[in-house]
Amino acid sequence: MIAALGLAVKNPATWVFLAFAAVTCGSALVVAVSRSLVYSAYALLLTFFGVAGLYAFLDADFLAAAQLLVYVGGILVLILFGVMLTHKIRDINLSNESTNPVVGAVISGFLFLALAYVSLMTDWQVVEHPASATSGEIGRAFVGKYLLPFEVSSVLLLGALIGAAYLARREKREA
Amino acid sequence: MHPVITFAHNVLPFTKGWPDWVVYVAIVFVVAFGILNTLVAPLTGISTYIERRMAGRAQYRWGPNRVGFRSLLDALPVTRWIGRMGDIGPVKAIGRLIPGGLLQFAADGLKLFTKEDIIPAKADKFLFRASPYVVMAGSFAAFAVLPVSFNFRAVNFNIGIFYVLGISSLVVPGILMAGWGSANKWALFGGMRSASQIVSYEIPVAISLMTAVMLAGTMNMTDIVNAQRSGYGIEKAGALGWYVFRYGGLMIVPFVIYFIGGCAEVNRTPFDLPEGESELVSGYHTEYSGFRWSFFFMAEYSNMFAVGAIATTMFLGGPLPPYPVQLTEQLFGGMGHLGMVLRFLEGFAWFFIKSYFFVLVMIHMRWTLPRYRVDQLMHLCWKVLLPIALVWFVLMCGVRAVRMEMKLAAQPAVAEVTR
Repeated sequence: MIAALGLAVKNPATWVFLAFAAVTCGSALVVAVSRSLVYSAYALLLTFFGVAGLYAFLDADFLAAAQLLVYVGGILVLILFGVMLTHKIRDINLSNESTNPVVGAVISGFLFLALAYVSLMTDWQVVEHPASATSGEIGRAFVGKYLLPFEVSSVLLLGALIGAAYLARREKREA
Repeated sequence: MHPVITFAHNVLPFTKGWPDWVVYVAIVFVVAFGILNTLVAPLTGISTYIERRMAGRAQYRWGPNRVGFRSLLDALPVTRWIGRMGDIGPVKAIGRLIPGGLLQFAADGLKLFTKEDIIPAKADKFLFRASPYVVMAGSFAAFAVLPVSFNFRAVNFNIGIFYVLGISSLVVPGILMAGWGSANKWALFGGMRSASQIVSYEIPVAISLMTAVMLAGTMNMTDIVNAQRSGYGIEKAGALGWYVFRYGGLMIVPFVIYFIGGCAEVNRTPFDLPEGESELVSGYHTEYSGFRWSFFFMAEYSNMFAVGAIATTMFLGGPLPPYPVQLTEQLFGGMGHLGMVLRFLEGFAWFFIKSYFFVLVMIHMRWTLPRYRVDQLMHLCWKVLLPIALVWFVLMCGVRAVRMEMKLAAQPAVAEVTR
């Protein structure tokens, strides 16, 4: 174990990985503890970016780009809109109140221990030559093996879209 | 071993102990840095130069057309005489050749360097400072996969065009950062408008690009270019192989949708609501000055070029010339190293001519067309462009499927796996 760690430290790839992991975890911490909602939202940008970097590091290039497109380009922008359109968010420090720190620390501590145990005890399979192009495999899986879940989730999204359009539409009063 | 890595080992011996991919990443970083500073910065400079000249002509503002070698010549009596010689008789044509306004963008850069960097007292200092970098990173990162010449690009990425769409979405939070950080209502409105506009127009743009991806069967930009080398069953198709002209001109529709959406994504007229001067002073960069301000404009002009370059790659054959490329391949193929250089330059020239054509069109549109209203903008995106793009995507899917069926029927011996 120690020898493996020593070997890993010499490998520059480890440092790249650690850099991505540090960006992800550090910014996630800012998301959680920052007093300002806007800063939390922007720290989330770095978290998403770090996760995309980790995906790219694992040779999952399609997933990395999808992470950027969906989370940074879509969800983060939605969150930012929500934050910035909130009334008087700058004046009142109502954002990110930290409640129940002890309980939270205990629960997240146990979660951390459980995840650490699982990740250390799992016998990871090391792939010598990872697939260079993942997009084709993902596409075939979507229209082949996982066609039904894919279609069902798209119907769900369509339902959400129609619901949003219905809520956003202002009813015209009959004169 | 990759020849580039061998080269790095020879030049920098200490890299021998590193894993290959780290050396490769380091090389990519160095090359990307070089490309950004020697390619992107002049690109934006040239674009602003063209913009000024066109604006000068369109609005009868002659000033920016004169700063240049002519005015340098005018500085001293002797040289002024030489300059005047250019206006007389037969040498008049030569005088005309000396371009006016050429030094304007250099002067602009100098001015922006030396300008005071003002940060408003009530601004969110960190976000205000960070925003230009985020915007610029988002727009410059797209250059990594552009196939600027035949089989020549910084990174051969198998998801090239998808990566471009993903990484350029970094611009939106950057613009919102500027709008919020400025602590200025105009800036905030400009940022909001810009973000909503980019997010909306991303959808028709992505679908129209997807049409070309579907036809090529790959997202690798180099492979998409190579798929346009032949068409209509002709091996040496030339311009006929480009996707705009393929399938009996059906692809013109996604191409036009992409260009309209691209203009909206880079906030150019008629979609320049985020900077509408009459309403918002100048939008999300109202409070910026000096070099930070110029970062936004470098991002805007490099984005314009990127839109042109993506349109060129996906629909107009990228570096492929309008004549059959196989002809020059044969011609330069027998010339050794000189042939390689010539071939590189050929692709480079065609890529930039085509891309700059789109930049020119965008500049022309800016000085010709009035601005949309917000509701018209959203109407155009969601009720016009998006349905057409979707219907056309399905139509092209049908066309491709029918053609593949025909191909399979024509040669039943070859069991082609449908991809």
